[in-house]
Amino acid sequence: MFKRNLIAAAIAVAFAGPAPAQDAELAKIREEIRQAKEGYERRIDALEKRLAEAEAKAGKAEASAAKAESAAAAGPGRTASDSAFNPAISLILQGTYASTSQDPNTFRITGFVPSGGEVGPPKRGFGLAETELTFSANIDPYFRGVAIAALTPENEVEIEEAYFQTLALPRGFTLKGGRFLSGIGYQNEIHQHAWDFQDAPLPYKAFLGGRLGQDGVQLRWLAPTPIFLELGAELSSGDAFPGSDRNKNGVGGSSIFGHLGGDIGRSTAWRTGLSYLRASPQGRGYEDVDSLGGAVANSFTGKARLWAADAVLKWSPNGNASYTNFKLQGEYFRLKQDGTLTYDDSGGSNVFGAVSDYFNADQSGWYAQGVWQFMPRWRTGYRYDTLRYGTVGNGIVNNGLGPVSADFPLLASHNPSRNTLMLDWSPTEFSRLRLQYASDQSRLGATDHQVFVQYIYSLGAHGAHKF
Amino acid sequence: MNRSLKFLIVLAAWCAAQPALAGLSIFACEPEWGALAKELAGEKGTIYVATTALQDPHRIEARPSLIARARSADLVVCTGAELEVGWMPLVQAQSGNPRIQAGQPGYFEAARQLVLIEVPQSADRSMGDVHASGNPHVHLDPSNIARIAVALAERMAQVDPGEAAQYRDRTRAFLERWRLASARWEQEGAPLKGMPIVVYHRDLSYLVRWLGMREVGSLEPKPGLPPTATHLAELLGNLARNPAKAVVRSAYNDPRAAQWLSERAKIPALALPYTVGGTERARDLFGLFDDTLTRLLTVTK
Repeated sequence: MFKRNLIAAAIAVAFAGPAPAQDAELAKIREEIRQAKEGYERRIDALEKRLAEAEAKAGKAEASAAKAESAAAAGPGRTASDSAFNPAISLILQGTYASTSQDPNTFRITGFVPSGGEVGPPKRGFGLAETELTFSANIDPYFRGVAIAALTPENEVEIEEAYFQTLALPRGFTLKGGRFLSGIGYQNEIHQHAWDFQDAPLPYKAFLGGRLGQDGVQLRWLAPTPIFLELGAELSSGDAFPGSDRNKNGVGGSSIFGHLGGDIGRSTAWRTGLSYLRASPQGRGYEDVDSLGGAVANSFTGKARLWAADAVLKWSPNGNASYTNFKLQGEYFRLKQDGTLTYDDSGGSNVFGAVSDYFNADQSGWYAQGVWQFMPRWRTGYRYDTLRYGTVGNGIVNNGLGPVSADFPLLASHNPSRNTLMLDWSPTEFSRLRLQYASDQSRLGATDHQVFVQYIYSLGAHGAHKF
Repeated sequence: MNRSLKFLIVLAAWCAAQPALAGLSIFACEPEWGALAKELAGEKGTIYVATTALQDPHRIEARPSLIARARSADLVVCTGAELEVGWMPLVQAQSGNPRIQAGQPGYFEAARQLVLIEVPQSADRSMGDVHASGNPHVHLDPSNIARIAVALAERMAQVDPGEAAQYRDRTRAFLERWRLASARWEQEGAPLKGMPIVVYHRDLSYLVRWLGMREVGSLEPKPGLPPTATHLAELLGNLARNPAKAVVRSAYNDPRAAQWLSERAKIPALALPYTVGGTERARDLFGLFDDTLTRLLTVTK
């Protein structure tokens, strides 16, 4: 006991001394520590703790500026107050200035059942986008918790994500539960403020309502291989498009996905994935207008199955992305829906009332985009996205139940496409200003020329960069 | 069906063909910790180094290969002090590996073994990309390496108790060689005392302090911000009144700004290896310090 105190005192004195004299002392101390280790293995931990404390003291004595440090920063008297366990908090501020040649209120993706998400362009002129508030922390050694709330410009609060994630499952398994962004596709799990363009690609808008967030559980397994191989499965309530709220026990939607990734040399990293999702929408509704201009309530009940393939490749010289880098990303989606469509004009023209018949659709879409950082802070990017109308079988029209194609204007045959250019400037990794131009042919027979100026600011805890 | 079966068989065969990981599987966030782990673990360790000397350790992405390697690691050796805050938490979260989570013995942070310098009085990003815990670039002071070696050896012994004696023996031998080398470096570096230099980023602060050099400016206007024309012009003006002997940058920094200043201020531009692998000669930690000193000493001649 005495010896330990002596050593600790010696250490404290040695480290408090002027710098040049330290090294001989240090060597002596280290020798003593090593000797002590031979016989006193159990004491070592305590001793090193004391060493660290002594160093902390010495460090404080060294710089006069250090005196101004708060007592909590270092030192033996460190107390763990409740606030030391506060979750990491970060806040995203976003806004846009939008100028569009078409009225954003008439936005539609003709040929495709509306996905219900907020997929249209932002309102014209100045507008606030979602303000995102994130809390995250390890809950205990077994779980991590994350909550992300979106404060919408309409002054509402939406829970984007609120989930727990396991930290201690063995053999490469991770379980997530709560509300979270699905692991299908590539961009789906990436938060909107980290996207390379102001809005989502058309296939996301048409088939996933912008992105798929769901309430459920997700199990992932990472293979113990040097190459990245990850498999995942999700069970969810399935109430997000292409599913719908069902008011039923059990599982409404499920998905599986697999990712494969790795490096090519030092400069290139890649990831590819395949995903499959199924959902059973029950009375999934959307509003349309019949040929007389009266309101129609359509609803679909049946099965929806979605396949997705994704690939992303990132290149930077020697893997150092600070100066220049290039990112190539593309995804393909195919959505098949089979079931019954109900057409109800009783709230409008009231010519046919409610009629039902089969409905099936087999539609697809893809996008490819490249983003190039040509000098520090500056990036430019181009995206092409398109949808294929595919085959749509509408029993109500085909079997002559009354309503004709003109009474389903939203399902008119159309292959939407869009070209987008963007330029952004990021003074630091916490701020970004973006200029984006798009020539959008989502609507049948009309091209929307869109110009967006967007800002994204990130406050608080440093977010991690998802690949 | 047949094809997918074939694929599975090939995959299984390929997995089986991967070399079995013997001993301690170590994931080093930066090359310096990979090199240190190699010294301490010897053939008992299989070491994967996540980044290279040509990559900016602040700006790494949690790319798939890192996640895959972290999955099987027994011990992760990082710098800490928020240096890897942009990627390591994601790698940990996605690794499905409970051994390497924060707070577990399998997660080692070098900066925790030391008292850091340049701890900001307040953490405010208007000061640039400051680290609230202090300057994390701790490895360019030999005494820091020695302290970290002692702690890392203990951690290796804790994670892999069966080979504890081996780690301690190797560490003892390493520290012996390191002490001799440190003494030599201090002697060789004596002429550098008081030498004023311009740095690129404040990633050489521990080196500057150890050798008693003086940092009279940095090419970055604020930590983490790229050099700007205005700032460089201002720096050039300051150097006219308060001259420096050299512009010093790390291997991963863009050479252009240093070159620009070097030509106008008529002082040499030096590229230091910064870490293991940064130059041909910096093949291990000893080579790193040898080469760093040689390069700095060219200025005094």
